[in-house]
Amino acid sequence: MPPILAVRHLTKDYPEVRAVDDLSLKVREGICFGLLGPNGAGKTTTVEIMEGVVEQTSGEVLYRDRPRDRAFKNEVGIQFQSTSLQDYLTVREVLELFGSFYPRNLPFDEVVSLCALGDFLDRDHRKLSGGQRQRVMLGLALVNDPALVFLDEPTTGLDPQARRNFWELVREIRRRGKTILLTTHYMEEAYELCDEIAIMDHGRLIAQGSPRDLLRRQFEGSVVSLPQEDLALPEDYPWPTYQRDGRIEIQTNDVNATLAQLLRDQVSLEHLTVKSRTLEDLFLELTGHELRA
Amino acid sequence: MKKFWAVMVARNKEFLRDRASLGWNLFFPVLVLFGFSFISSGNQATFKVAVLGGVPTSADRAEFYDTHHVQFVAVGSLDEAMRKVGQHRFDMLIDPGESPRYWINSSSSKGYLVERVLWGSSPPGHYHKETVEGREIRYIDWLIPGLLSMNMTFSAMFGVGFVMVRYRKMGVLRRLKATPLSAFQFLSAQVASRLILIVGATVLVYVGSNLILHFQMVGSYFSLISIFLLGSVCMVSLGLLMAARTASEELAGGILNLVTMPMMFLSGVWFSLDGAPGWVRGIAQALPLTHINDAARAVMTDGASFAAVLPDVAVLAAMTMVFLALGAWTFRWE
Repeated sequence: MPPILAVRHLTKDYPEVRAVDDLSLKVREGICFGLLGPNGAGKTTTVEIMEGVVEQTSGEVLYRDRPRDRAFKNEVGIQFQSTSLQDYLTVREVLELFGSFYPRNLPFDEVVSLCALGDFLDRDHRKLSGGQRQRVMLGLALVNDPALVFLDEPTTGLDPQARRNFWELVREIRRRGKTILLTTHYMEEAYELCDEIAIMDHGRLIAQGSPRDLLRRQFEGSVVSLPQEDLALPEDYPWPTYQRDGRIEIQTNDVNATLAQLLRDQVSLEHLTVKSRTLEDLFLELTGHELRA
Repeated sequence: MKKFWAVMVARNKEFLRDRASLGWNLFFPVLVLFGFSFISSGNQATFKVAVLGGVPTSADRAEFYDTHHVQFVAVGSLDEAMRKVGQHRFDMLIDPGESPRYWINSSSSKGYLVERVLWGSSPPGHYHKETVEGREIRYIDWLIPGLLSMNMTFSAMFGVGFVMVRYRKMGVLRRLKATPLSAFQFLSAQVASRLILIVGATVLVYVGSNLILHFQMVGSYFSLISIFLLGSVCMVSLGLLMAARTASEELAGGILNLVTMPMMFLSGVWFSLDGAPGWVRGIAQALPLTHINDAARAVMTDGASFAAVLPDVAVLAAMTMVFLALGAWTFRWE
């Protein structure tokens, strides 16, 4: 089966900056694909080129192995990072308006129950909470029963509870066999939701795979963390180290060896912690800087 | 068609629920109209007498021409001047030629007074008296066509232009661009929605104020409605053109004011440009509002036929085509 979406050698230049730099990737049908990276990594530009909202400088985008045609817009659903709707319309009216743009609709009641919009259907869409608003935007992305759904940082700015609720919606959409392409700068979100992750930084793809694969491939091991003042690092330390939040983190595949080294160096182990690696650590290793920096 | 309809209905709802701007659209012209009807009811006491061929310059000219508080206006066309006497725009018309004659409107009190002055300052039987019938054209009657078209202009330019820019800035257009809705469907729905609202508001204002002010409407309603409809389309197109690109409300506000302000003053909404320098009238001819005003006024106060206002209508139609073509060509969602 061909990938539902593929980009090849995608590049986008803005006057000041190259936002996307020779990016190639494939999205298999039916999965939740996460595009992960810090702010300014080029995630949004990449998905907007995929959506057909932004024109690429060079490279190509293929939908089911073919260049996108007029029908493409009927088969995808899009949730933008920040857009607005016509004023003074209720949630119901907005859904009906957008439904009228498409030849095929998901039944209205299904959109409402799927996105849990029932409580505020007749409210002005401008008078909703952040989480409710994101659910309406998700509803708009689903009105045409799309095969492929783009979600651009859908949970940014939501409180933890609203974020978890939203994740549940995304899982439900995924269970219905839709392909989801999600951008996020939350590692946890990518780990929770995605079958496959591509990590971007400075417009380039720096790693790709399933969350667990990525962790296993790049990080069989743990992070040993110490307060900065407890350890004076020599130039040629045997393991990669990073400084974060006033602590030094040593990334190691052999905790015994690392602890033995620390004991030899007579370092105080009083405030030492050992933890398994997370995607955050992976990102740090790959890019040399923190995700939310 | 379904998409067009849905967008248009949504825009109508948006407008009708926006109480403040809806109220303003109806309230503003009525306010101005009544304001002027009060102001102009306290008339200034000068008299206007038209003199065919101009006031004689000979030393032995009649003493009458030296009367204070009477403005003597030279006219060339007898028919035109007689019509204005009928409309009370001149209090009297004098033909000082071989067989001197004068015309007054038998229903005009000012005409009656000027006639008395004329009698008192000339030999008995020197002038032959003629009368003209006709209803007075008050300033209000003269103003209403301009006021309606001005309201139309504001509603069109700001209701389409400004809203479009706000849509673009807020990302409404961006969201719509991602759907199969075409720019043409979107724009035509905006135009249609605004047309309905302008027509509705104009009819309400017209009928409502006519109940109290009873303005002059001597032409055909068909001509008037055609002119106003075409005028609205023209102004909406101009609004679209102004808002085709920019996403800055400040810039759009500036551009819209830059376009509407000259029209306010140079299109003959408030005062006639008859006595203005040629270059001012030249500029006025380039403004669509001038053509709407002239044509609507000709129909309402002079009863001009549709054929008579055809030149204005043709210019409006041409301008509309140009604005629409340019607006569609330069339009960007973002």
